[in-house]
Amino acid sequence: MPANSRLAWLLNDVAGKRLLAVVLAITVLVPILNLAVPADSFFHVPTYWVSLLGKYLCFALLALAVDLIWGYCGILSLGHGAFFALGGYAMGMYLMRQIGDRGVYGNPLLPDFMVFLNWQELPWYWYGFDNFAFAMLMVLLVPGILAFVFGWLTFRSRVTGVYLSIITQAMTYALMLAFFQNDMGFGGNNGLTDFKDILGFNLHADNTKVALYVLSGVALMIGYLLCRFVVSSKLGRVLVSIRDAESRTRFVGYRVEHYKLFVFVLSAMLAGVAGALYVPQVGIINPGEFSPINSIEIIIWVAVGGRGLLYGAVIGAILVNYGKTYFTGAFPEVWLFMLGGLFVVSTLFLPQGVVGVVQQWKQKRAERKAFKQVTPSASPQAKPDSSTAAVETAS
Amino acid sequence: MIRYFLNIVFMLAFALSGVQFAQADDDAFGQLVEQLGGSNLRNKVQVIEQIAALEDERALPVLEALMNNALYQRKSDNQFVFAADEDKQLRLTSVVSGEDLGLASSRDVRKVITNNSLRSQTRTLVAVTRLHSKKNEVKLAAVSELLKSPDASFLAPLDAAIAEEKNPSVLKALQVARGAILLGNESEVERLKAVKAMDGYNSKQVLTLLQAQLDVESSELVRKEINDVLGGLKRAETGYKFVEDLFFGLSLGSVLLLAAVGLAITFGVMGVINMAHGEMIMLGAYTTYVVQLLMPNHIEASLIVAVPAAFLVAGLMGVIIERGVIRFLYGRPLETLLATFGISLILQQLVRSVFSPLNRSVITPQWMSGSWEINGFLSLTYNRMYIVLFALAVLFGLMLLLKKSYFGLQMRAVTQNRAMASSMGIRTGWVDAMTFGLGSGIAGIAGVALSQLTNVGPNLGQSYIIDSFMVVVFGGVGNLWGTFVAAMGLGVANKFIEPLSGAVLAKILILVFIIMFIQRRPRGLFALKGRFVEG
Repeated sequence: MPANSRLAWLLNDVAGKRLLAVVLAITVLVPILNLAVPADSFFHVPTYWVSLLGKYLCFALLALAVDLIWGYCGILSLGHGAFFALGGYAMGMYLMRQIGDRGVYGNPLLPDFMVFLNWQELPWYWYGFDNFAFAMLMVLLVPGILAFVFGWLTFRSRVTGVYLSIITQAMTYALMLAFFQNDMGFGGNNGLTDFKDILGFNLHADNTKVALYVLSGVALMIGYLLCRFVVSSKLGRVLVSIRDAESRTRFVGYRVEHYKLFVFVLSAMLAGVAGALYVPQVGIINPGEFSPINSIEIIIWVAVGGRGLLYGAVIGAILVNYGKTYFTGAFPEVWLFMLGGLFVVSTLFLPQGVVGVVQQWKQKRAERKAFKQVTPSASPQAKPDSSTAAVETAS
Repeated sequence: MIRYFLNIVFMLAFALSGVQFAQADDDAFGQLVEQLGGSNLRNKVQVIEQIAALEDERALPVLEALMNNALYQRKSDNQFVFAADEDKQLRLTSVVSGEDLGLASSRDVRKVITNNSLRSQTRTLVAVTRLHSKKNEVKLAAVSELLKSPDASFLAPLDAAIAEEKNPSVLKALQVARGAILLGNESEVERLKAVKAMDGYNSKQVLTLLQAQLDVESSELVRKEINDVLGGLKRAETGYKFVEDLFFGLSLGSVLLLAAVGLAITFGVMGVINMAHGEMIMLGAYTTYVVQLLMPNHIEASLIVAVPAAFLVAGLMGVIIERGVIRFLYGRPLETLLATFGISLILQQLVRSVFSPLNRSVITPQWMSGSWEINGFLSLTYNRMYIVLFALAVLFGLMLLLKKSYFGLQMRAVTQNRAMASSMGIRTGWVDAMTFGLGSGIAGIAGVALSQLTNVGPNLGQSYIIDSFMVVVFGGVGNLWGTFVAAMGLGVANKFIEPLSGAVLAKILILVFIIMFIQRRPRGLFALKGRFVEG
């Protein structure tokens, strides 16, 4: 392998390359199966599934953002749902302004909920959101600035570990309480919904949904490459050393808080992008997204997949969310038991997540193979068994 | 139960006080009541006046019932009855004999006909009758009614009542009521006297009365006097408002203290992040509910039984969690956080499956309801007073346990140096389990207290967990005094910010304050002194 080339960070990441290939494949295949294959065919993918998969891809991007700070820098943020929701609200505000005079009250300037609350003019912080480019800038800037301010205060005063987790949770809790207020001007309890179109394309049309899905897939791939690039760089190695021994890193001469701040802001922006892609696909954003339990759920996606690997987060997010869709539909009573059980089991028995289990199992198999090659005649009886097992797993 | 008992006592008393005399009296009262039927309203006015003049103990209830449209006649025998709603039916009580006549449908009774003028006549008579009552509370209630609508027709009975009143505080109240009536008098001197009589009587009604009079008052002299009196009253009101806010703040702080003090043990002493702590509170609250289900006839005593029961249930659950999950995760705080969060989800769903997702109602015993009316500006509810006392008792008991008992000694030893404690022969694993059980059990006790203040539902715990962590972190980990000061401080601060900004914004401000505070002092208000190395 060309370890010295400029692209070594990507080429050495075998599992990552596989993951990217899979994501690329479903990003390309699903739209074809949805649009080009006739609706009665066995291979047709219903539009409902496209949106659902698109949602999973957004969650995967969010999980990636959390893994970047938790897996590589040891910052367990219990408030990442807040950055996701803020990105979502920025997108939602753009979509609200796009409704124009097609709302229930037909007011060309004010969204329905403001008319309902008897507001006379648009609050200043809603200005500019009719412009798509400005809204997209806000998707990055609002979570980014919040993360910058919060991180700057926190990391500078060396709040770490559990304390950090608890105050990030307090942050998202405070934001949730604030967004539930009607006079905040973000739709209060109901949030923002009833979206009509995005950039002139009808949000309810199949083509638009597929396009959003493809965008989510592309965003996930770019996000993955970005995160992989960061963690493979020299900066990434400093991050890992902060995770493993913060004081030592500081004594060696690195400005620990700067590194942490950089990666925290980057992660918040990724979460914001995920939120912005999520909102048009589900058609609503409300303060419930800020609730502390949502943020903790993200952590469990990463923990189940395996943290500190990046692709583990993606796998975990998709696995857990598929499980959630299935169980909340089939056995709604059981889902919370399942989720709770997942927390306990994954922390007790799967410290490296699903990916870790697979890796361990592979390693054991390789060791056994190596052992057998050294002593080929050690156990002649066992040989047929293990070879068939190997064939089965290979296929 | 109690009502039957009272009835028997009542009858016995009657029997002893001379049957014949009672009988004659009874007849007069009974005959007058009989005349309340029918539709001749003019006659009824005379009848109620005669009833009021009887000076019979039973007169007031009849008049009050007539005033509130709660006087009925039973269709079957035309007997006059009081009716009170009970389980969608009416519980009937005989007017004359006070006898319980059992439940009846609303179709079995006929309402005694009244009209507006009769009702207002009745209101006057009720007020007058109350003024002549032997009980001070009844008299004060009558004064409060009078202050709502002062009317010159009450002047004569008031004067009569003032003449024979001996209790100074009741006398003052009666004079204030008299003043309220005379405020509308034409004579300037009378008005001046009236205002002077009201000086220093702490009541919101007096405040509004004087305020209204100020708008219409023509005499400069009286205006000045009113302003003086109003100024004094307003100062008193501000003072008492402050006391009330302080009390509310302290009671909120006590709730926070109860919720957080268990966490201060598990998080502060053991360093375990127990996200299922809120669910331990919830278990305690549900234990109260179950205890009340098991002893429906002894609701008054149910809370006293529920406290140890909740301690055992939650404590046992805590020990199970510690032995089953947490002991494998010591030294990995973030993993503990996740695992216990999972446990909290499981417990919530468990409660939802067993008890239904709806809120359950826990009955408040008689001795905890009601309030202590200190004056017109200040009244403190009993349940909040008990919560404050209870929280302090729990904190004190816990400190005693930690400082004075052998178990507390072992616990502190394990906290300070696990390896050394172990080699001195302390079973550290057992101490861990017991400590965790203690923290959880105290959360269960908090649940009993909270069941008296909020709804008991599966989400009860979730709403307290973040607050509890804030209190513990703010107060400084591993320090019960810190927890106490933090809880009370946050509670009082919350109550004082609330009127300025609204309840939700107050909460947000407090959260932001704590976030900023932790930046300044990452180890809380009362940090343990010494050097710390990251673990």
